[in-house]
Amino acid sequence: MSLATLRARIERLGAAMSSHVWRIGYASRFLFYMLVHSGTALKRFHLTIAEIYFAGVLSLIIILVSGLFVGMVLGLQGYETLQRFGASESLGVLVALSLVRELGPVVAGLLFASRAGSAITAEIGLMKATEQLSAMEMMAVDPVARVVAPRFWGGVISMPLLAALFSAMGVFGGYLVGVQLIGVDAGAFWSQMQAAVDLRNDILNGVYKSIVFGIAVTWIAVFEGYDAVPTAEGVSRATTRTVVTSSLAILALDFVLTALMFTGTEK
Amino acid sequence: MPQEPIVEIRNVSFGYEAARPVLRDIDLAIERGAVVGIMGQSGCGKTTLLRIIMGALAPTRGEARVLGHATAELERDGLYAMRRKMGMLFQFGALFTDMSVFENVAFPMREHGGLPEEVIHDLVMLKLQAVGLRGAAHLRPTELSGGMARRVALARSIALDPQLILYDEPFTGLDPISFGVIVRLIRELNDSLGATSVIVTHDVQEALGVVDYVYFMAAGRVIAKGTPDEIRSSPEPFVNQFVNGKPDGPVPFHYPAPDYRADLELAPA
Repeated sequence: MSLATLRARIERLGAAMSSHVWRIGYASRFLFYMLVHSGTALKRFHLTIAEIYFAGVLSLIIILVSGLFVGMVLGLQGYETLQRFGASESLGVLVALSLVRELGPVVAGLLFASRAGSAITAEIGLMKATEQLSAMEMMAVDPVARVVAPRFWGGVISMPLLAALFSAMGVFGGYLVGVQLIGVDAGAFWSQMQAAVDLRNDILNGVYKSIVFGIAVTWIAVFEGYDAVPTAEGVSRATTRTVVTSSLAILALDFVLTALMFTGTEK
Repeated sequence: MPQEPIVEIRNVSFGYEAARPVLRDIDLAIERGAVVGIMGQSGCGKTTLLRIIMGALAPTRGEARVLGHATAELERDGLYAMRRKMGMLFQFGALFTDMSVFENVAFPMREHGGLPEEVIHDLVMLKLQAVGLRGAAHLRPTELSGGMARRVALARSIALDPQLILYDEPFTGLDPISFGVIVRLIRELNDSLGATSVIVTHDVQEALGVVDYVYFMAAGRVIAKGTPDEIRSSPEPFVNQFVNGKPDGPVPFHYPAPDYRADLELAPA
């Protein structure tokens, strides 16, 4: 490889890196501006409630059904493994801990990104492409305060609730398979779960995770929509970027949060 | 003492990139009460000029004074306060698709007015009556024809009784009946509200029938100005070609190409 080619490649890499860093900075400024101008979303809370309906209530079906199936699979796989060690009574603990610590927030977050995140990006992007956001600006109404902030808060509030419902549904799925289908003792299933699952270490940490995922997914979704190139192709690309970036963000943040929450803090 | 023009553009230049100016040394003054056309070919900089009047862009050089304010000096709140006195009709209406016709027109009133809902209802009906669409109040924007959507957007842009109404290509894509309706409404609303209107358009023949004064732009400069009659009889070749829709002239019919005979392989060897 010649020196010139090497230099060109390094330059391209540098340009790509600085462009990414610039974009992260731009997105952070956008988040800051949105938080400062969240007064409308909080004072006229019905705007946020409408977004909780669109992002949260309309995602219920996919979250509940997925939660049920994930719990049922956990029940099957967990029993299969535990019974080798004669510990099938611990199935409740395994299902509950897997869900509240990891699968609830992570899988609900991934589903939320695909279902609600993509919808938020597409809606804001299309509003931009059809000049609805410019029209608002011309009416002296800040689109970040009126359109973006309610969607952000709607998503942030919905996400932990969806994750909690996902986990609850998953536990029920595990119960259906483990207790009703396979025949694990119901008393052992519930009492061991009750004894082993800690409110602060397990449940609250799961809730914190889902709040962080909610902020990340909704921030990415509203930013990508607002920053979309105002054409059909631009909106399509922005929607794809929302799903890809927020899915990767959830997985990366999950690792960081798990490392912070569950390493060395338990007895 | 004569009144200050409602829009005054002094020696304004603008470029998205420093090396490629879009507007060069623009001077214009729009008097109160007038309907003024800013006309020219697509890409001549007229929409950029409109965005400077809106305060969405700041001039690179020169000064834009709108409603008594130098727009470049206004912060966000000042700009928004100025825009409350302005109405804008976008090219394709830009109606909010998640709201009904009624809610679209009520939107600026609800956002700014703090008015009781009964008053808003009556005001919206007044505005819709003015554009002939009171009976369409319950419809969604997707149920409207292009001309009706433009009229609803017009009702929304006059919701707060603006002093200055801006029109961005208001005639694009309209059938002759809708076109006639929009032309009549622009004039009537301007005169009945005591407002001032600025129409940015390349539909020159149509617009000349409604405006009081015209600024004609080409390549980022104002190349002619005057009353519609003065523009129609302008000796400027570009204006003449544009107003009369001649296929050839200063804007050539043929895209630059090598010698035709050479392309047909007829050139002598």
